[in-house]
Amino acid sequence: MSEQALKELGDVIAAKIGGDVLKVEVKLGELMVTVERPAILAVLTALRDDPDTRFEQLTDITAVDYPDRAERFEVVYQLLSYTHNRRMRVKLATDEDTPVPSAVSVFSAANWFEREAWDLFGVFFENHPDLRRILTDYGFEGHPFRKDFPLTGYVEARYDEDQKRVIYEPVRLTQDFRAFDFLSPWEGMTNVMLPGDEKAALQDGSKKP
Amino acid sequence: MSMTVSTDSATGVVSTGPNGAISASGPETKTQIKPYTMNFGPQHPAAHGVLRLVMELNGEVVERCDPHIGLLHRGTEKLIEYKTYIQAVPYFDRLDYVSPMCMEHAYVLGIENLLQIKAPLRAQYIRVLFSEITRILNHILSITTGALDVGAITPALWGFEEREILMEFYERVSGARLHANYFRPGGVAWDIPDGLLDDIWAFTERFPKFMDDLESLLTENRIFKQRTVDIGIVTKEQALDWAFTGPMLRGSGVAWDLRKSQPYEVYDRMEFDVPVGLTGDCWARYLVRMEEMKQSLRIIRQCCKEMPAGPYKIEDRKVSPPPRGEMKRSMEALIHHFKLFTEGFHVPAGETYTAIEAPKGEFGVYLVSDGTNKPYRCKIRAPGFAHLQGLDFMSKGHMLADAVANIASMDIVFGEIDR
Repeated sequence: MSEQALKELGDVIAAKIGGDVLKVEVKLGELMVTVERPAILAVLTALRDDPDTRFEQLTDITAVDYPDRAERFEVVYQLLSYTHNRRMRVKLATDEDTPVPSAVSVFSAANWFEREAWDLFGVFFENHPDLRRILTDYGFEGHPFRKDFPLTGYVEARYDEDQKRVIYEPVRLTQDFRAFDFLSPWEGMTNVMLPGDEKAALQDGSKKP
Repeated sequence: MSMTVSTDSATGVVSTGPNGAISASGPETKTQIKPYTMNFGPQHPAAHGVLRLVMELNGEVVERCDPHIGLLHRGTEKLIEYKTYIQAVPYFDRLDYVSPMCMEHAYVLGIENLLQIKAPLRAQYIRVLFSEITRILNHILSITTGALDVGAITPALWGFEEREILMEFYERVSGARLHANYFRPGGVAWDIPDGLLDDIWAFTERFPKFMDDLESLLTENRIFKQRTVDIGIVTKEQALDWAFTGPMLRGSGVAWDLRKSQPYEVYDRMEFDVPVGLTGDCWARYLVRMEEMKQSLRIIRQCCKEMPAGPYKIEDRKVSPPPRGEMKRSMEALIHHFKLFTEGFHVPAGETYTAIEAPKGEFGVYLVSDGTNKPYRCKIRAPGFAHLQGLDFMSKGHMLADAVANIASMDIVFGEIDR
């Protein structure tokens, strides 16, 4: 689908939903609409039922963690229209404490997708029928996909011969976790003035002190 | 005339009434069966991996079925955030380990979209060729183990022999039978070896015979039909509501295939049909998969015939490494090689959702890049995850053994569901 057609569709959606749309973007040939958090159910219902949009299927719900932002989580809904053969993305922002209205009443498939987002990121969904953990272990603590959760985790499980059961212990690494940072030091230096750089700047300006 | 039976408790003889009818006199006994909860798995041969089902049964009728997943959760998405873009490719083989190259396909297409590059034509053909080989590989396993779950052993034995032949093709092209790690952003890792296309062609001539044998074993088999027809019916509305894709959606009568409707790579040049089921039951999904294998065979043949000459990966040295020979002579090539395999390439900031038609359904990768050499977030949308949550409504009111047939017809693999 062409960028122009997507832009038009974005404008149509923005006009229909009105004030709840914060931003409409078309990037890399994909349409993204950012909406107000409380309006998400109305938006999803409108996108599903409106004959111009007809996004009948909720392909996925996920979260992205940006710890530096005031509202650190971005919840992303991927939608697919079979009638018009289009995809789009709806986004909203939330933080650890603010609940997001659950989309289960609009799309049944949202159930597990939201459980997953809750389990891995700790995004809380309001009015979800069954918001349990789904992928992590029974009795797991924390939300592992947050950026401040270490890759190695905090506990490790093993079978204990004496107690005849699986026990949890703090992670002990026989070798330090090696986070290779291969980001080139030179690419970060493009706008830095090192001692001596002022001479090069002077040559361009052809002005002598 | 009432027909009731009573047994004389002392003699154990059935007494017959004067007019020839069997008379009743004993107390009526009614047994109330309490619904009970049963644990199915996590280690059960019919669970296709580590699936734990907590089932509420009324006698043998399933009333509620709560799948507990995550026993194979490895945190793939988080691991990928700590790897460069190329280093993350092998993780995708380990998602759906029955169809590895299709998983890689979605990922490399996502990266290519972010980088705004396109693989050369030959690479696209190779990828499509191996995606279709993978589809056959997957459907053989799905159909035959599904048949095994409902009582047929022979298809599995025959099918695995064919799978071994296909995995040999995998090995010849990538060096590994299963975890191929063959697709790269901008192409494929190596060119296909001499003679491989001829052997694949020979396979496509031999394979229909196996398909006929398999069909003669299953399609009209009385027991197989008893176990699959009218079992786990999914309506079109349910399929859309529960985010079903692939054969689960087509089995319910929705003519939708991403290879046709949103063609990627060279699928728009291929001639093939999209089979659609009519009844939405396990049998329809079986038929769809069988037909898909035949269509895949058509695509494989077209790829073998039309395979263009040319480079098998993009010539941009900032994305794909230079050939060995060049590195021996050129300092520039050596530097590029070193940088690519330590730092990797930088991907411009942006986000993309790329979906392909994997054998199990729509497999999507939502990639968020922050401009560095590692993905900021890589969400993997696995078709099996959405399918498995539909198990509850599909199995409700069916017998316990039908839940097994449902699991089999969903074609679930825990590598992708648990990620």
